[in-house]
Amino acid sequence: MDWVAQLKWLVFPMCLVPLVWLINAVITHQLGPDPANTLTRDLGEWALIFLCISLAVTPARKMTGINKLIRFRRMIGLFALFYAVLHVMAYLAFLLGWQWQTLLEDLYQRPYIMAGAFAILILSVLGATSTKAMMRRLGKKWVKLHKLVYLAAGLAVLHFVWLSKSDYTEAVIFGSVLAGLMLFRLPTKWRRAR
Amino acid sequence: MLIKTRKSGDVRSSEITSESVYEDRRRFLKMGGQFACVGMGLVVAGCGDAADTRSTRKPAGSGYDDVPQLSAPDWLKEKVASYQSSRFTTDETLTPYASVAGYNNFYEFGYSKDDPAKYAKNMKTDPWSLVVEGEIEKPGKYTLEDILKPHDVEERIYRLRCVEAWSMVIPWVGVSLADMFKRFQPNSRARFVQFETLHDPEQMPGQRSRLSAIKYPYVEGLRIDEAMNPLTFMAIGLYGKTLPPQNGAPLRLVVPWKYGFKSIKSIVKIRFTETMPQTTWVKSGPSEYGFYANVNPEVDHPRWSQKQERRLPNSIWEPNQIETQKFNGYGEEVAHLYKGMDLRKFY
Repeated sequence: MDWVAQLKWLVFPMCLVPLVWLINAVITHQLGPDPANTLTRDLGEWALIFLCISLAVTPARKMTGINKLIRFRRMIGLFALFYAVLHVMAYLAFLLGWQWQTLLEDLYQRPYIMAGAFAILILSVLGATSTKAMMRRLGKKWVKLHKLVYLAAGLAVLHFVWLSKSDYTEAVIFGSVLAGLMLFRLPTKWRRAR
Repeated sequence: MLIKTRKSGDVRSSEITSESVYEDRRRFLKMGGQFACVGMGLVVAGCGDAADTRSTRKPAGSGYDDVPQLSAPDWLKEKVASYQSSRFTTDETLTPYASVAGYNNFYEFGYSKDDPAKYAKNMKTDPWSLVVEGEIEKPGKYTLEDILKPHDVEERIYRLRCVEAWSMVIPWVGVSLADMFKRFQPNSRARFVQFETLHDPEQMPGQRSRLSAIKYPYVEGLRIDEAMNPLTFMAIGLYGKTLPPQNGAPLRLVVPWKYGFKSIKSIVKIRFTETMPQTTWVKSGPSEYGFYANVNPEVDHPRWSQKQERRLPNSIWEPNQIETQKFNGYGEEVAHLYKGMDLRKFY
């Protein structure tokens, strides 16, 4: 077993730590007087954090020269999808109480819900096409398709900004991190073009 | 005026989870949690309502023994403790003290809901004075004691609806704003009132932030007839004790038919004016927050719905989503103030 495979056994449970922590917080009532809202929000933030980490894999690989890091990318990306799905489930179950009528209204009227829903849709497609078999089947198209992750990340940050009332600190942090990760990708393109 | 009148959208007290049952359910959930992962928790969903008909809400006027008395001058403690119950009440379940004093929007002390309780703890609220100026016969700088001395204090149980779509039911102690204002003798040019929160960056970390989306000092305002409405209240306490700093000690406004941000905290200045004051939230986002800010389920915030609200505290199994009432259910007392006004335009 090479070191990447070994390290995966460590990284995988680490990615579950936020979930375990949140479940514990729910059980021990540490989420305050509005736990439904707090839980939904926290799950969404974790989805965004994992999305940013997955986007940081390539820059990290280039900066350190450790190419094997790429083998963590799919797992981390899938965790982003995992937390995003939990975020949506928490919203549907705990905030909406499965009131589909309100969901339709929200989707239709709230720009931030729409942006979030679109981001989830993209992540789901990317998740479904993340297997080796799909990579082989889609060939070059796979790379193109998975570039959509940038759009998903942008939409997710937009979703976050739009639902902030006035405290844009966190939204600005996520926005800057994403902008930094995108900037890193610009020069390599230019280099290739030359 | 009949505050207790029940409207169709009202929640009957028998439908509301009493505090004891709420606590019971929490214990129950805790037990359940030891057996089942929360993700599998659908099994326990909906079981909490079984005994909800037991109502154990404390009647107004009784002592709230478990509520701590924070440090405050003795005269103020005595003043607050002398409160009488009033006709302004409701039979809805009170939001527990821990939630009222632990879940606050007071951006001067941070953006998180639990920041104010943490960082306002040592806020200096004694001595306190209030500057009253503008279109009145009796301008001046009054000490808190002078302001309150002539008034008897009463308890009022009001719903508080935040613009963020959550709400609480809170037993305030204080005085009618109209009674207080009559002493300043507003003149005929006094058409609006402007209120200002303490500006003290040394005590209030939020006021030191350069990134802040809102400008300090925090300013709010009312039309003079809104200020003189019998519902409008100046609070000095809650749950029978002096106000905790995070709730706006030592003196805060309570305007129950408007979104919570109108109920300005820790007031140091009141100015009677001829023109409409420029209020903090209107300045920060005029398309999202209006001067009137009346609770209105028919007018959504541009980015989220105002049709419903989460009555706190809730649990993840019971979001406590209830229908929002126009004027927060106080329409009988205040709807006439806005006769002929397009409330979509004057939100």
